[in-house]
Amino acid sequence: MSFDMILKGRLWVLKDNGKLFSDIDTDMIYHNAHLAVTDIDKMGQFAFGNLEGYKEFAVNAQPGDLILAGDNFGSGSSRQHAVDCFKALGVQTVVARSFGAIYKRNAINSGFPIIELPGLPDDLFNQFDQAELNLKGGVLSGGNNRYQGNPMSEVAREIYLAGGLFQYAETM
Amino acid sequence: MGRTLIEKIMSSHGGGDCGPGDVIWIDIDNRTARDFAGASVVGNLEKYGGDSPIAERSKTFFTFDCNVPANTIPYANNQQRIRIFARKHDLKVYDVDAGIGSHVVIEEKFARPGTTTVGTDSHLNIMGSVGAFGQGMGDVDIAYAFKTGKVWFEVPESVRVTLRGKPAEGTEAKDIALAMLKRFSGHELLGKSVEIYGPWVESASLEDCVTLSSLATEMGAIIAFIPPNNNVLDFFGIARDEAVYADSDAAYLEDYSLDIDGLEPLIAAPPSPTNVFAVSEKTDVKVDGVFIGSCTNGTYQDLSYAAKLLKGRKVAPGVMLKVVPATRATWARLLDEGLLKDIFDAGGIVSNAGCGGCASGQIGMTGEGEVQISTSNRNFKGKQGKGNTYLAGIGTAAASAVLGRIASVHELSEVL
Repeated sequence: MSFDMILKGRLWVLKDNGKLFSDIDTDMIYHNAHLAVTDIDKMGQFAFGNLEGYKEFAVNAQPGDLILAGDNFGSGSSRQHAVDCFKALGVQTVVARSFGAIYKRNAINSGFPIIELPGLPDDLFNQFDQAELNLKGGVLSGGNNRYQGNPMSEVAREIYLAGGLFQYAETM
Repeated sequence: MGRTLIEKIMSSHGGGDCGPGDVIWIDIDNRTARDFAGASVVGNLEKYGGDSPIAERSKTFFTFDCNVPANTIPYANNQQRIRIFARKHDLKVYDVDAGIGSHVVIEEKFARPGTTTVGTDSHLNIMGSVGAFGQGMGDVDIAYAFKTGKVWFEVPESVRVTLRGKPAEGTEAKDIALAMLKRFSGHELLGKSVEIYGPWVESASLEDCVTLSSLATEMGAIIAFIPPNNNVLDFFGIARDEAVYADSDAAYLEDYSLDIDGLEPLIAAPPSPTNVFAVSEKTDVKVDGVFIGSCTNGTYQDLSYAAKLLKGRKVAPGVMLKVVPATRATWARLLDEGLLKDIFDAGGIVSNAGCGGCASGQIGMTGEGEVQISTSNRNFKGKQGKGNTYLAGIGTAAASAVLGRIASVHELSEVL
């Protein structure tokens, strides 16, 4: 695992009827039919398996990819699977206008860096832009555009750099 | 300046003089994990927990409620893995017979007003119903709480919602929750701590409070607190000064007012709990199945009301009625009072206590095109199967089962 503060990769821009996809809940990210899976390596295949228009995501995702979504990403249940399935695929980050509260915690605790971009317009970034996310500054760049979001909080940064909540606890 | 309810609970649990946006470590009174994600909690503790993975045994326990008894081998394996871990560390397991963990925690009076509870159930914020803090978290957080008794927490902004007026006869707590979902359907409450006031909540039963607070997750809120009223204080056998309330000069980000005067029964159509209509607008929808239960509407009050409505009536031909009491204690009381017979005679199926329809099949899933009326809290696409789930209160669910189409409780009096 690398702990770069600048993540570069191909950007998946999730859209629903031409707008950034909002309210993607944990059953769309990782369906409850696969909750008994406890081996992270086996979770990747189910990522977005119940998300209209992106059911083939797991087959087409490449290690290093970044994901962009609209409001309230990861609302719903507390399942850690909805974070771990992306880690299993080598997806580096999810960037969204906002996140469900539990999802935000789960991501931070597993050392999966997420950034919020409140107010992001629907069409600033395009599917498969080569993008760059500055975690410390909270800035997403891609194509010829950039957008200033919320910088990573101090707690999130420390947990991320430690590699997860338990690893962070050892540094306390 | 005074403090809000969440700020006072956080302060009394190690958060110091904290305010919105502060990231603090808080002490957790009740540390729980359910069969779903519980095995991953065990996995984390085996990997990172060292020689002493449990900080305090008496405050730490497992509750099985998702898939009870297990109907898949992976779930059975996970439950058994938890039992073995629990035996080794002498932890209590509320096993497959116990019912919904969040309700057991209140029933056992562990979650008293002003306390803190965490678990792997996203509706653990149901503790807001008794003026206590509760939060669903993932397996990493919960494993950390098992080991240390603490979690980190970013203190949210607080908002106040005052419910004004008196709902119409036959309108339930669920309808008021649906009215709130309709009003705040955007992302207005996302990440907020909500405090609910007004004459309705001041006289609500404990069960009504549970129903209303259980929809906080669907509103996007961190929690929906109902300041303990006399009914809740009586349940815990405590005086007002033993509970925690917001200071009268506390600062709120927003002060909302919601008019519920004369409110009629509501229903949330698929695919979202915020897609709310008057029941009267949907009475042409034919129904295939009805589910009564869940952490939202599975209490003794809910099921005894359902039994009263169903007594002497019959479920419409071709309609499945599935009933799941929330806890074993509820089951026992319904049994003792003969109310299960009323449900049975009407044509209902009664399952053992548990989460019922929400978690992959305790009482079956819906098929393509199937219309289900559910008293639970989520109707997202795919959540309870391939069918179309509508969310409603007990009266609407029972009336719809009898009439074979979406119907309000008012229509039931015309049928016998």
